[in-house]
Amino acid sequence: MIRNAQILGGPAQDILIADGTFQQIGTDLRAEADVEIDATGLVALPGLVDLHTHLREPGREDAETVLTGTQAAAKGGYTAVHAMANTFPVADTAGVVEQVWRLGKESGYCDVQPVGAVTVGLEGKKLAELGAMHDSAAGVRVFSDDGKCVDDAVIMRRALEYVKAFDGVVAQHAQEPRLTEGAQMNEGQVSGELGLGGWPAVAEESIIARDVLLAAHVGSRLHVCHVSTAGSVEIIRWAKAKGWDVTAEVTPHHLLLTDELVRSYDPVYKVNPPLRTAEDVQALRKALADGTIDAVATDHAPHPAEDKDCEWAVAAMGMVGLETALSVVQQAMVDTGLLNWEGVADRMSHRPARIGRLAGHGRPVSVGEPANLVLFDPAYRGTVNPESFATRSRNTPYRGLDLPGRVHATFLRGTATVLAGELVEPGEPA
Amino acid sequence: MKRHLVSAADLSRDDALLILDTAEELAQLSGRAVKKLPTLRGRTVVNLFFEDSTRTKTSFEVAEKRLSADVINFAAKGSSVSKGESLKDTALTLQAMGADAVVIRHHASGAPARLAQSDWLHGSVINAGDGTHEHPTQALLDAFTLRRHLNPGLGNDLSGRRVTIVGDVLHSRVARSNVLLLNTLGAEVTFVAPPTLVPIGIEHWPCEVSYDLDAALAKTDALMMLRVQRERMNAAFFPTEREYARRYGMNGRRLARLPEHAVVMHPGPMVRGMEITAEVADSPRCTAVEQVANGVSIRMAVLYLLLGGATLADAPSTNQSEAAK
Repeated sequence: MIRNAQILGGPAQDILIADGTFQQIGTDLRAEADVEIDATGLVALPGLVDLHTHLREPGREDAETVLTGTQAAAKGGYTAVHAMANTFPVADTAGVVEQVWRLGKESGYCDVQPVGAVTVGLEGKKLAELGAMHDSAAGVRVFSDDGKCVDDAVIMRRALEYVKAFDGVVAQHAQEPRLTEGAQMNEGQVSGELGLGGWPAVAEESIIARDVLLAAHVGSRLHVCHVSTAGSVEIIRWAKAKGWDVTAEVTPHHLLLTDELVRSYDPVYKVNPPLRTAEDVQALRKALADGTIDAVATDHAPHPAEDKDCEWAVAAMGMVGLETALSVVQQAMVDTGLLNWEGVADRMSHRPARIGRLAGHGRPVSVGEPANLVLFDPAYRGTVNPESFATRSRNTPYRGLDLPGRVHATFLRGTATVLAGELVEPGEPA
Repeated sequence: MKRHLVSAADLSRDDALLILDTAEELAQLSGRAVKKLPTLRGRTVVNLFFEDSTRTKTSFEVAEKRLSADVINFAAKGSSVSKGESLKDTALTLQAMGADAVVIRHHASGAPARLAQSDWLHGSVINAGDGTHEHPTQALLDAFTLRRHLNPGLGNDLSGRRVTIVGDVLHSRVARSNVLLLNTLGAEVTFVAPPTLVPIGIEHWPCEVSYDLDAALAKTDALMMLRVQRERMNAAFFPTEREYARRYGMNGRRLARLPEHAVVMHPGPMVRGMEITAEVADSPRCTAVEQVANGVSIRMAVLYLLLGGATLADAPSTNQSEAAK
């Protein structure tokens, strides 16, 4: 029994969970419960769904494993994550996606839905066995060469066409490779001054423009990963206005951080796509608020210390994000008045689950639905301490910063995975 | 002034003038029979060069030795670095060996900044050129050379002097440091380059930009040529060497159109025939060789001021300094 939770920020209500579902919701519920949680002041949101997580297993277990990644996800309020395909070996066969899926099942902290590679070895040359990955136990619906762009227009077209057979979606990492050769950061005033290779906005925008046209041409679903520029937003807005089936995501860090931070040359800010300008950040926030951008996706990219504790040019790209996502979204979107908690639930749970065709997740907090739930304390104020993270890596740009809010509890099908901000053994009595 | 010299932006006008004035006095040393001062005796300076360099490395080494520092040359090639050692581990090693200062050249922009901000190393960090970012001692020696020609005298700056910097600004660490320092010293800077070699965002830099070298000549007190990196040729920054030379190369015809007092500078190494004709390179108005000599004086001044016990901000005035005695 959860007492006095504000469902989507609304008035306080009690929530009774049993048998993995929401049994009763109302005020002053009278029911026998094994455990009672006082949720006064806490916001109840449907369990979050991440469309874009790097779990690194198999291959880079020094950076993250499925277990530590799903623990981090649970601490961030997630009940389902899509695990990206750029592992070693690449998740481009039924065998690898099934392995990741099974590891997720065994972890018990969070459902893991593998993303299949679009092309063999992420090489962009030959389609991977998309159907076999879909038909496997993992039931893959999202395909992406993330980390690399499917830049060959013919391959992209064929992938978009092919996945229609099983209602799949191609999630594109939009990065024109020739325009980003040697790129180290956003191309603009700061890159010019720092002498770092520039990553022009048009390298992202030109691919998105091509892909929305291709998707429209073949009548398929396209999802655009980690949109980072104002121009990209405009293209997606235009495509949606045309009625085309195009969706997009933005990362928490692109909603908060700008390329000015790169002046420190601290590789913690090195990420793909790069941090952009303040104008881009404003455009992304506005687009998320008005629904042009459908989802917040973490692009959680763990790296071991040695891959970041070095000079900028050789540092790995990416930052961890699962455990700070909701706090960053609160700061960038809720505290600024751009999005209410209902909107947060829509962009971080409902829509991501819908894009990934993920059954049992992204459902409303209402009677009869699976009890995937996060209780979030928006009034909490604290300093980010990466040493307390569950993820195996520490590459966060928020170290030492004050971010609002904290995940108080997470429930996966009624079972607590996090309580009082701390992980609990799945199945352990609350 | 801070403990390090990573960027020309680290220098206030007073800092920069102090370095120039100190260098002016230290320059007298080169005329003596014994070209040595005991100033840095017992101090260890490491030249940490991750990138090939002849003139900058030699210049620093001469400067260090003239100040009696213990000099360690650490080249990346053939060292532990080529075996995969990270910058961090290299720095920790140097720290353990008691380096008081590290002069670093690195192919990656920001590597000296990273070293200076880290806790890997406690000594001073002097940037001897990082990627396409900065080369502050080159800018100082250029300013020193300019002052000698255009406004000689201790304490003088470059107010009102017009400097035109020509060529591959996009990839030039010399250009980035020069625009910052020359601006600090009151000079007006104009960049002349093909649009493909002008950095995005240059409108925010304290300079003018032109694509027309001929139009800039008449109002120029000093013309600073930049090295065009031949390895960039394949990247379609400009069509051919011949076209580049015609539009942006310095030749006798253009030299004649400069004001009489104007000088032509080049940080070297020069690509003769493309950036600059032999006629100009060998003319008395070209300061390229003089710049090399001035480089030693400037580097002595920087090392002296960073390591001699005084910071640049609170150092005694140069006419009282040990260097002047």
